[in-house]
Amino acid sequence: MLAYIFRRLLYAVPILIGVNLLTFALFFVVNTPDDMARMQLGVKHVTPEAIQKWKAERGYDRPLFWNPEAAGLARATDTIFFDKSVRMFVGDFGRAEDGRDIAREIRTRMGPSLAIALPTFLLGLCVSISLALILAFFRASALDFWGVVSCVALMSISGLFYIIGGQYLVAKVWKLVPISGFGEGLDAWRFLVLPVLIGVVAGLGSSTRWYRTLFLEEVNKDYVRTARAKGLPETRVFFRHILKNAMIPILTGVVVVIPLLFMGSLLTESFFGIPGLGSYTIDAINAQDFAVVRSMVFIGSVLYIVGLMLTDISYTLVDPRIRFE
Amino acid sequence: MMSFQPVLLWTDVLLWLLLGCGVGLGIVSAHTLRQAWSRLGKNTVAMATATLLSAFLLVGLLDSLHYRERLPPAPGEVRVVYGVEVRSVLDGLLRQLREQSEKTYSAPFATRLYAKETLETPAGPVQGYPRLKYGGAHLGEHEAKRDKDVLQRAFASGVLAFLLWLGLAAGLTALLARRQGASHHETWQAIWQGETAFAWRGVLLALGGLLLVFLPMALWAGDYHVLGTDKVGQDVFYQVLKSIRTALVIGLVTTLVMLPLAVVLGIVAGYFRGWADDLIQYVYTVLNSIPGVLLIAAAVLMMQVLIDTHPQWFATAAERADLRLLALCVILGMTSWTGLARLLRGESLKLRELEYIQAARAFGVSSARIIGRHLLPNLMHIVVIALVMDFSSLVLAEAVLSYVGIGVDPSMISFGTMINNARMELGREPVVWWSLAAAFVFMFVLVLSANLFADAVRDAFDPRLD
Amino acid sequence: MPSTPVSTEALLAVRGLSLAIQKTGPGRPRQVPAVTDLGFAIKPGETLALVGESGCGKSLSALALMRLLPPAIRITAGQVRFQGRELLDLPEAAMRELRGRGMAMIFQEPATSLNPVLTVGAQIGEVLLRHAALEGRNLDGRAVRERVEALLRQVGIADPARRLDEYPFQFSGGMKQRVMIAIALAAEPQLLIADEPTTALDVTVQAQILDLLAKLQAERGMAMLLITHDLGIVARMAHRVGVMYAGQLVELASREAFFQAPAHPYSQALFAALPEAVARGQRLKALAGQVPALAAMPAACRFAARCERRQPVCETEAPGLMPVGDEGGVRCHFPGPRPGSAAVEILPVPLPALPVAARPLLEIEALKVHFPIRKGFLQRVCGHVRAVDGVSLELSPGRTLALVGESGCGKTTVAKALMQLLPRSGGEVRWQGTLIEAKDKRQIQALRRKMQMVFQDPFASLNPRMRVGDILLEGMLALGVAASAEAGRPACVALLEQVGMKAEALERYPHEFSGGQRQRIAIARALAVAPQLLLCDEPTSALDVSVQAQILNLLRDLQAELKVAYLFITHNFAVVEYLAQEVAVMYLGRVVEQGPVEQVLTAPAHPYTEALLSAVPRISGGRPILRLQGETPSPAHPPEGCHFHPRCPKALEQCRNAYPPLRPLPGGVQVACHLAC
Ligand SMILES: Nc1ncnc2c1ncn2[C@@H]1O[C@H](COP(=O)(O)OP(=O)(O)O)[C@@H](O)[C@H]1O
Ligand code: SF4
Ligand code: SF4
Ligand SMILES: [Mg+2]
Repeated sequence: MLAYIFRRLLYAVPILIGVNLLTFALFFVVNTPDDMARMQLGVKHVTPEAIQKWKAERGYDRPLFWNPEAAGLARATDTIFFDKSVRMFVGDFGRAEDGRDIAREIRTRMGPSLAIALPTFLLGLCVSISLALILAFFRASALDFWGVVSCVALMSISGLFYIIGGQYLVAKVWKLVPISGFGEGLDAWRFLVLPVLIGVVAGLGSSTRWYRTLFLEEVNKDYVRTARAKGLPETRVFFRHILKNAMIPILTGVVVVIPLLFMGSLLTESFFGIPGLGSYTIDAINAQDFAVVRSMVFIGSVLYIVGLMLTDISYTLVDPRIRFE
Repeated sequence: MMSFQPVLLWTDVLLWLLLGCGVGLGIVSAHTLRQAWSRLGKNTVAMATATLLSAFLLVGLLDSLHYRERLPPAPGEVRVVYGVEVRSVLDGLLRQLREQSEKTYSAPFATRLYAKETLETPAGPVQGYPRLKYGGAHLGEHEAKRDKDVLQRAFASGVLAFLLWLGLAAGLTALLARRQGASHHETWQAIWQGETAFAWRGVLLALGGLLLVFLPMALWAGDYHVLGTDKVGQDVFYQVLKSIRTALVIGLVTTLVMLPLAVVLGIVAGYFRGWADDLIQYVYTVLNSIPGVLLIAAAVLMMQVLIDTHPQWFATAAERADLRLLALCVILGMTSWTGLARLLRGESLKLRELEYIQAARAFGVSSARIIGRHLLPNLMHIVVIALVMDFSSLVLAEAVLSYVGIGVDPSMISFGTMINNARMELGREPVVWWSLAAAFVFMFVLVLSANLFADAVRDAFDPRLD
Repeated sequence: MPSTPVSTEALLAVRGLSLAIQKTGPGRPRQVPAVTDLGFAIKPGETLALVGESGCGKSLSALALMRLLPPAIRITAGQVRFQGRELLDLPEAAMRELRGRGMAMIFQEPATSLNPVLTVGAQIGEVLLRHAALEGRNLDGRAVRERVEALLRQVGIADPARRLDEYPFQFSGGMKQRVMIAIALAAEPQLLIADEPTTALDVTVQAQILDLLAKLQAERGMAMLLITHDLGIVARMAHRVGVMYAGQLVELASREAFFQAPAHPYSQALFAALPEAVARGQRLKALAGQVPALAAMPAACRFAARCERRQPVCETEAPGLMPVGDEGGVRCHFPGPRPGSAAVEILPVPLPALPVAARPLLEIEALKVHFPIRKGFLQRVCGHVRAVDGVSLELSPGRTLALVGESGCGKTTVAKALMQLLPRSGGEVRWQGTLIEAKDKRQIQALRRKMQMVFQDPFASLNPRMRVGDILLEGMLALGVAASAEAGRPACVALLEQVGMKAEALERYPHEFSGGQRQRIAIARALAVAPQLLLCDEPTSALDVSVQAQILNLLRDLQAELKVAYLFITHNFAVVEYLAQEVAVMYLGRVVEQGPVEQVLTAPAHPYTEALLSAVPRISGGRPILRLQGETPSPAHPPEGCHFHPRCPKALEQCRNAYPPLRPLPGGVQVACHLAC
């Protein structure tokens, strides 16, 4: 198992390098640091000196890949690429526009993000799997039909409206919870209920429908007929045979997003004023803080790759066919 | 001398091109996918939603024929001068809606503004709600008659809609009856019970719905702001109609970028395997591993820098907004081809081992020909399904991206910008709800139709049914 | 031979059972009858075999007895009495108690019929627990385990204590079917319904499973409803036989009566279409036409369109099931033995005797095809599947060489490597003496005009999105036989005619044709470039017997007419006997015996050939039985020494160490066995 994980880790390296090169190209080759400086400084302040100063403050005044003026190893390290991209591998993300250390910011903001994303994820999973089970159990009935129609309708509503509508109704009209904000410790739950609830409802339509499809795919398999021919009651056929098989694609589809929960949700966090990584990202985008966006891209892909590895591992845990290979 | 100068925006060209491609594809695949198409045609829900989507498309296409108006010649000026504003045919048709701006917010059907102002009265200045310039202006002093007026128009247009619909239904029945040599009664029965080879029932139902909603709207819209006005007093009905084009461009043009990438790379990886497969898989794993929103955000930010630092590229604001829209489509396309490519790769891997492809190879048929004649036609259903499925998610994505600030140009009317602008006003007391509600309803109908249509397409193109 | 049991009381009695498929879709829901008026009875300890071609309603009938029909299919009429109880009136809960304990079922596809994520032990134990609970008994884990172990041992699985903790994917096909049987037997049912239990298995494994079923049945006095399409299996297993055609039971008879003198014209046609029933060198008596579609069933006799004995009344009046003897019946206005008295008529159209040409058409020398097994990071090659491992063959113009062997032994790979669809790993191929270089594109292209291939599955071998005309033209255009589509048109019409189809087919799509017709199209496609050699990869194994006979006749006529040579790949010895002059038997990528058909089939020299031959169930019986143990090992790890030694009943000490060379015997036979020197 350890050897397996190690092999997977090795496989992740070229992908991370690819991500790194891609983001570097996007941020430094498509536009030169001069362009960024002009943009950041605004029309009024654009003088060659100001640009130079802006670049120097951020370390953008060096060559991209190769510094012929430096000596020895520094030729490769005293460059934008090394400073901005390679050092991300050791967790050094540099500073944001406001001068704060990005790595520290990320560490403190992970908690609130997770406080929203994790309950949303878990609750959403339970609810949608249960609903999907009910629909699949009563397949081809009126309940199933209207259930699916409702799912499609729920899917057709933009996530923005769930948040706006939920905030308006629950917080503003009924005044059940605060509209937005975040608290520390146990008190936090009052701020968490609404965003979690909205997150669950917003994802309900598509995931329920998807899980139902997975269940129904199993329902018509031959082994289900065998189980019935044994004289097993329908509930047992469903919960022992069908559920167990359908859980394989469900679980593995779900595992890949678990690490990404750290990243939080852009929309929810910005609407509810939660100091997590999602709102951090949005603020950075609005402020055109490239250093932060670049860091988030990097972290996102690292987490995604971790997710892929967890998926592979979870496959080997739930699917005997792979476990014994 | 022409009174206008046609303007070709990039997205116009692409949208019309796409329409052509779609029609062409339909004709080309009419034979090979005949059963699938006929199954789709039989499906009432599919035809009803297709009718609704066609209505949206019509609005979008009307909004995609742009021109600049000739300005009235200034005294002494001999040159022909065209206005800087780029209008579309839709703008021309909705001139009234576009031009009848109020000062600021007003509620649907209101005759007065939503904000208090100091009014000059004979009794001196008082705080009150001023009359609208256009909304209900024809009522003059008799503002109290508004409700009656609105209802009267609703009734009249309802009757008109019903008559129109009856006419349509009767015409269709007569036509079908003549063609099939059946009696009118039988034909109508067949249509109504969905026994016709083409689900006319669905088309009629959808047309009925459209008539019933939009005839009254049309009748009201001349004298009222049916859906109210926004902060700068612009008619919300006009805004939602304009938003449709943006949504369509995002939903359709993106696929134009994504499709060739996905098809070519997916098939090359699956059919040729080897190092090409490894490379393509590597590229899409890399692209996939960057969370979508972040990749889009990064790309859009860079695109913004590019546009902002090169103002000289654009003659008009519309062109700049348009190019930004196009760039957004390209970015969305570049980041979303991986899913379809993966599907096509897997399917190609499977198909290339099938005996009919082996048989072709046994004749020494060239790879290009095998791909063109054997692989592509048998992958077509996946492509069609993926396209319709993607449409609705792209429309939804536009709203979110525009909200986050990495979507369309803020000056471009879209569902996203509408929501973004209106969101702030929820805090007001009493709330300004109409912009949001209008955007919500139009978007919901568009996306729901697209989703239902996509479901029907998926069912109809399922190869297991052939 | 099974002997008829003595008991007379029927265990299961079916009367007037009718099933209909519920068609939904636009318009009013319709019902299409799938099975009509089915009636039969089974006594305890008796085996009733239900025979018929695919789609005639055998499986649906079986599922209906268990009340396990798919939702789209309804029982529209009839009675099913089991142990004196009417099953169709039972509440679902009572029916559930009956399933497994009263009647149990095994299915055609062992690979998909077991739950992939539960251990085999759990799947068997589940039945025990369920039915013990119903009887109010309490079973603890130990008892269950012991019982499961005993069951696995009974069905012939070695080391059951260990294997019950394994998952289905760790079992081979035959072993899975044994597990299925253990599941079915766990609750000791009185009736076992077996739906084509061996169709998905190789002949040697099929023989094992049939033996096992017969043994268990005898031990337990269990009744069995055996569904099959193979008359050989019927002859081996059944006490009584029911023949189904187009959703109806057309004949019901005791085995003796049935095999001596089948009364229904369709039953007779089934016999006549069997290749083995015909003396070598004669034409098969194939049924013309095809089974009517369910939606367009004739109201009168359903067989009328294909029946030689048809009279006007047959097309106006539906025949009832007329009783014959005590328990038999036949659904025909004019039953009885075939006119001309013999049960099987032999048409005197002998094959032209073909001279052996001086120079062979194709010589294959030590052909090897190895597939690399890749694993892990960077896809390192960590072994090879030796699919073909040194095969040498020689084909003469205008003659047929049959390549025989069980699935996975490398037959198809040989053909594909010859067609250059797979790269050769070694060996030489000569066409009329000229060495064929795999790298020489021009030479390969030229070879493709001389040699073509017909594939196994007629449903997968024609592109569903192309018209038949384009399918036929494709090869002609690619190889320059026709300059343009227009120029090739007349040739296409001629080709279709040659394979017995009409020119109008050109404009139609493959899905509009039946399996047999598709295979004709596939043959026409291969013939389009006028090859001198046709590689036929099991072209009839996906077809029903009567259609198989049509195709075999066609291939034989074509050979007589065009002097084309065949490399005919098959696992069916009857077909070899009928069609080929020479035969080569393959095992694990190597030829173990080859020679003239008469010689090899009558006096097999290799133990494997002998076992294969004796494993084939035949209607005439009569070969000394040589049963094989186990199943074919994986070609990735062939056993040391003689590949066959772990299964060989005659293995010697030296067989473990050295692979025997291919040695010539008198009579032109070559064999690779240490015994045969
Ligand atoms: N689930 C189903 N839905 C519709 N038709 C079916 C279904 N299952 C079987 N059929 C049809 O019923 C007929 C009998 O099928 P089956 O009993 O499987 O035949 P057999 O076992 O003799 O090969 C066939 O025409 C088949 O296509
Ligand atoms: S009833 Fe007539 S057509 Fe039918 S099988 Fe008997 S003889 Fe033939
Ligand atoms: S060589 Fe030995 S093991 Fe092989 S077939 Fe002959 S006797 Fe059997
Ligand atoms: Mg069957």
